[in-house]
This record gives sequence, structure tokens and C-alpha cells, in this order.
Amino acid sequence: MSVPATAKRRSFLAFLMAASVLAACKPTGGGSATATTGPIVVGEFASLTGSEAAFGQSSHKGTELAFGKLNQAGGVLGRPFQLLTEDNQSKAGESATLVKKFLSRDHVVAVLGEVASGRSLEAGPICQAAGIPMISPSSTNPKVTEVGDAVFRVCFTDPFQGRLLAEFARKTLKVHRVAILSDTASAYSVGLAQFFREPFVAGGGEVAIELKYASRDKDFKAQLTAIKAAGPEGICVPGYYTEVGLIIKQARELGLTIPIFGGDGWEAPQLIEIAGNDALKNTFYSTHFSPIQDSPQVREFVASFQAKYHEVPDAMAALGYDSAVALAEAVKKAGSTEPDKLRAALAATDFVGVTGRTKLNAQRDAPKAAVIITVEDGKFKFLQTIEP
Amino acid sequence: MSEFLQQLLNGVSLGAIYALIALGYTMVYGVLRFINFAHSDVFMVGSFAAFYAAPHLGSGTFLGGLAILTVAMVACALLGVVIERFAYRPLRGRSTLTVLITAIGVSLLLQNVGQKVFGVTPRAFPAVFPARIFHLGSVVLNTNQLVVFAVAVVLLGALHLVVHHTRVGTAMRAVSFNATAASLVGIDNDRIISFTFALGSALAGAGGVLYALNYPSIDPLMGTLPGLKAFVAAVLGGIGNLAGAALGGLVIGLVETFVSGTRLSTYRDAIAFAILIGILLFRPAGLMGRARVEKV
Repeated sequence: MSVPATAKRRSFLAFLMAASVLAACKPTGGGSATATTGPIVVGEFASLTGSEAAFGQSSHKGTELAFGKLNQAGGVLGRPFQLLTEDNQSKAGESATLVKKFLSRDHVVAVLGEVASGRSLEAGPICQAAGIPMISPSSTNPKVTEVGDAVFRVCFTDPFQGRLLAEFARKTLKVHRVAILSDTASAYSVGLAQFFREPFVAGGGEVAIELKYASRDKDFKAQLTAIKAAGPEGICVPGYYTEVGLIIKQARELGLTIPIFGGDGWEAPQLIEIAGNDALKNTFYSTHFSPIQDSPQVREFVASFQAKYHEVPDAMAALGYDSAVALAEAVKKAGSTEPDKLRAALAATDFVGVTGRTKLNAQRDAPKAAVIITVEDGKFKFLQTIEP
Repeated sequence: MSEFLQQLLNGVSLGAIYALIALGYTMVYGVLRFINFAHSDVFMVGSFAAFYAAPHLGSGTFLGGLAILTVAMVACALLGVVIERFAYRPLRGRSTLTVLITAIGVSLLLQNVGQKVFGVTPRAFPAVFPARIFHLGSVVLNTNQLVVFAVAVVLLGALHLVVHHTRVGTAMRAVSFNATAASLVGIDNDRIISFTFALGSALAGAGGVLYALNYPSIDPLMGTLPGLKAFVAAVLGGIGNLAGAALGGLVIGLVETFVSGTRLSTYRDAIAFAILIGILLFRPAGLMGRARVEKV
């Protein structure tokens, strides 16, 4: 019995399609993680657009600057770095897809990212399963490196940041009764709220009221009205700048003039744009770096950053820079890009970066000093440094 | 007591915005019997239209503010007519499900084109109306909240006049009641439906401007959440019923505000939606809706 011609043609077409799909699956360029020649391919996932775009943009510029300089100096092991950057639009779920693409198609040597802890937590397990090291420039939630020994970071963690905020509130601001307003939808915010509350209460402080909001909320008047009624002396808002800007603005509109403070999630020029100068009086946040710190590394970094991007770098840019340098140092030390050797070298990271001495501890975190910033006349102003 | 009054005020001003958006959902449903899910994105386009018009139209003065509001409403009305003409009209007479899925498609289209055209980064919305803050005892009142309330009341009144006291409104109600019979007595159904979309979308545009005025950070995905709440408000009030939509908006705004101000703030949306389910269990047609008997 003969097969009808149309069916034959159809199965031939199906075969062609299957073949082309298979062909598309083959690695295209980039080489593999264990290649010994050609460029060292690094995958960076960042929030280049969306609600935390300021973080991703800053961090990316720092990383780009670092790799540019490293390549100018001839790269490492005689091989240049090739940086692949993908945007997760500040959305949950995107980072996992991007990192899987980096690992399976681009065969990257290492993954860099992210600023927001929630999104680093998405990518961490994927890198861990593949054994490919991931370096987060500035995710501060402790859970990020608890994923496993393939996840590293070059910044301090929230237990330290929370403790220093508690101390700053008690000693410098002299407030003893505070309100906490945190974001239930962000791992960073939930964590930092807890790490602030514990030492603050242990030190004799009192939490008058603790309320929640969710990322992408716009109306905070209800929570702020309740906070006003509870009569605290200060408000701790451990969130990200888009919501924090609106919170500060609405708090001042409701006549709450008490100090408002938070962590490194505040750091973005959009904070000033959204809240406005006047509302930001009497607000403070802790972060990793200030461009006016006096060290040769900082001076050199600020000058080259300004020459390239015509703006003053912030902490996210500095940590983005340091994350790239940490990777380069590790590749140099390991003498290869093999994942096992690279992970071992990264675990032993110890260099003086832009954000200070970066020496990883057993948990692959980098305890280092923090700075407190306030806003004055529409500009971020360095207030003090706090050692770990 | 003053906390209660302040929360009441917060809730009413939030509810007024939900009410404005809910009116658009309910009007289209009333005439066409389908939920226009692209409505919340027309709302977003409204605030961006105002954002781009603001520097050219005397932002910050009362008259300038009204001009910007008008521009946004007209832009949205046009957008609504275009959407209806090219996405919904070709499907007239098909099953409601087909149109509903098309509406979701239009919504995604607007969101993604918006991300490309407007950028994904949130923008700071300018103060288009002159803002002042009044202290009435310990209650703080922002003039922007007054503007929201005033505009919502005026538009609701105007809508009532149009629907119940004009020829085109009578035609709208006729089409809603029985489209075939309406066309038999000489009503141009397509024109009336276009008009309904223009009116509903203009309201969404106004809602977009007022929302951005109070919460001055706008982005292409900003419509999703308020759109969903307004949809809930429309269903809660009895979808297809104008006064019901306004009432539903107020209820949702007040519930959200009072829950947010307590220790249950984490469960705000859960409680708001649980109330919706509760009300619909006892009044399936919504607070002010009348149950219809479907003839089979």
C-alpha cells in the first residue's frame, strides 16, 4: 500500500523542522566553560529597566567599566573578558530564564548579578546546580549565599546592616520608639526589617507599630495614618527607592516630620525625583560606598567612572565594579576557568576594592564598613562610616 | 477619632479613583456584555498622555491642569474608539469568550508597546494641579484629594445626564436592552458602541491623570493593579450598573484603607477579595445589580 504523497511531504517537512531545531541547539560561539583559549565569557543579569532600573543601570556601568579596564590591560591569562548582559526588567521569574540561557547556550564561565536579593535567590540555585560560580555584587539578604558554595557576594549582609541601623537610630538619631513599614513582596525588605527589629528591641528600643505594603503599591496613606496615630519618634522603611520615594512624600504630606531611615535599597537618584527635596529632609540610609571617601582606589574609580559616563558613581556602581574585579582576581589565581578551581579561588577572595577590603568569610560574604548618607539640598550627602 | 476621620478621607479619595475606572468597565459591559480588559491600559495611556502634555500646557495652574486633564481624556477616547474599531468590531456577533480573549490580547499589546514607547522605568509625574495642604484639626487634606473627588462627582453626574437624558444615551440603553430591536428602529449600533467606548475610555483617561496626581510615579504596567481592583468594584456594585460601580469603588477603597492601617496589612488584598466573594455569594448580581432571568 503506497503512502499518499501529501503525507510523505508532511513527514519530510517534519524531519526538516526537527533537524533545524536540533541545529539551533548547538552552541553558537562563546566556547565552553572549560575552554582554554578565546575570550572568557561572563553572563550578567541585571534590572536594566523596570522599577529597580537605577540599581541595574548603576551596577552594570561599574561592571562594564571594570571589564573594559581589565581588557585594556590585556585581560587575564592572556584572554580578554567578554561580558554578556541581559535585562530581567525588575520582574520576578525572568532572572531564572536568563541564567539558564547563560549556562546552556552561552556556556559562561561565571554569572554576575543581581542587586535585588529576591532575584539573586532565583538565579542562585540554577548556578549552584550547574556548579558555575555566581557573584552577586550587592544582594544583602543572608539567604543568597546560603544557597550553596557556588554563590558568592562582594558586599556585607543585612544582619550587619540591620544592626548598624538600629545603633544609628538609637545613638545618633536618639529615637527609642519607632514604626517599621516593610515590603512583604521583597525578600530584602522582610529580612532587613527583622534584622533591624531584633537588635533595636534588644538594645532597649520599642517598636510602636509594624505595618506592611507590597511592591508596586502606590498608596501608603492608610499605613502612614496608622503610624502617625501610634506616635513613634522615627520610621524605619527598609524598601526599594520607587516605593520609598512615595512613602516619604506621603508621610510628609500627612504631617509626619519625624526622621525616616532605611538601607541600601534607597540608593538611586529617582528617590529625590519622586519624593522631592523638601520631603527628604531628616531622612537617612545606610549603604556600601560614598564617592567622597578618601582612598586611592576610590579616587581612581570615581575619576574613570566620571570620564566614561559623566556622572558620579554610587554604591551599586562601586560594587558592580568590585564584583568584576573579584572574578578577574579569582581567574588569575586559579590559572584556569574550570568551575571547580574557579570556585575554590573565589572562596579565597581577598583584595582591596573600591568598596574597601573584600575578604570573603566562610559563608562567602564580604563583611566591610558601611556609610550613612543623608539628603541635603537635593543631593546625597555622606554622614559617617560605620565599621563592622 | 482623628485617625478614623483621616482613614475615611484616604479611603474615599482612593475609592473615587477606583470608581472612575469601574464606570468604564461597567458601561462597556452594560452595552456589549463583555469585560474590556484593555480598559486598565487605556488608564495607563491617560496618565502618559498627561505626562507628555504637561510641559506644554501650563502645568501647575488650575486651568492648565484642566487642559491637561482634557487632553488625556480626548486621547483616551480616541484610543478607545480605535481599539473598538479594529479589535472588537470585526468580532461582533461571535461568542463572548472570543471577544474576551481579544481584550486580554489588546491589554498585553498596550502594555508591551507602552514599555517600548514610554520606557519601562517609572517616571515622576509632575504636579499638574496646584497642590496645597490643609489641616482641619488633626486631619490633613491635600487639594489633590479634593480634585479627585470633585472630578469623580462631576463626571459621574455628567455620565448620568448623558445616559438618561440625551438621545444618544437613550440609544445606548436601547442597544444594551436589545441590540437587534434597536437596529430595527433605526439606531446605528456601531456608532453607539463607538460612542460608548469613547466615553468609557475618556473616564479611564481621567482616572489615569487623577491617579498619577496622587501617586506621582507612572510606568507602563501601572494599570494592572488598579484595573483589577476597579473590575472587582464594578462586579461588587453590580456590573452594568453605573451607580453600583461608583459604590463598589468606594467600598473597595475604604476596605483597603482600613485593612492597611491595621496589623492585618499583609492580608489587605486577601481581605478585599474575600469580601468580594462573600458579597457575591449572597448577592450574585452585586450590591445594586438586578438578577436577570436568562431566557434559553
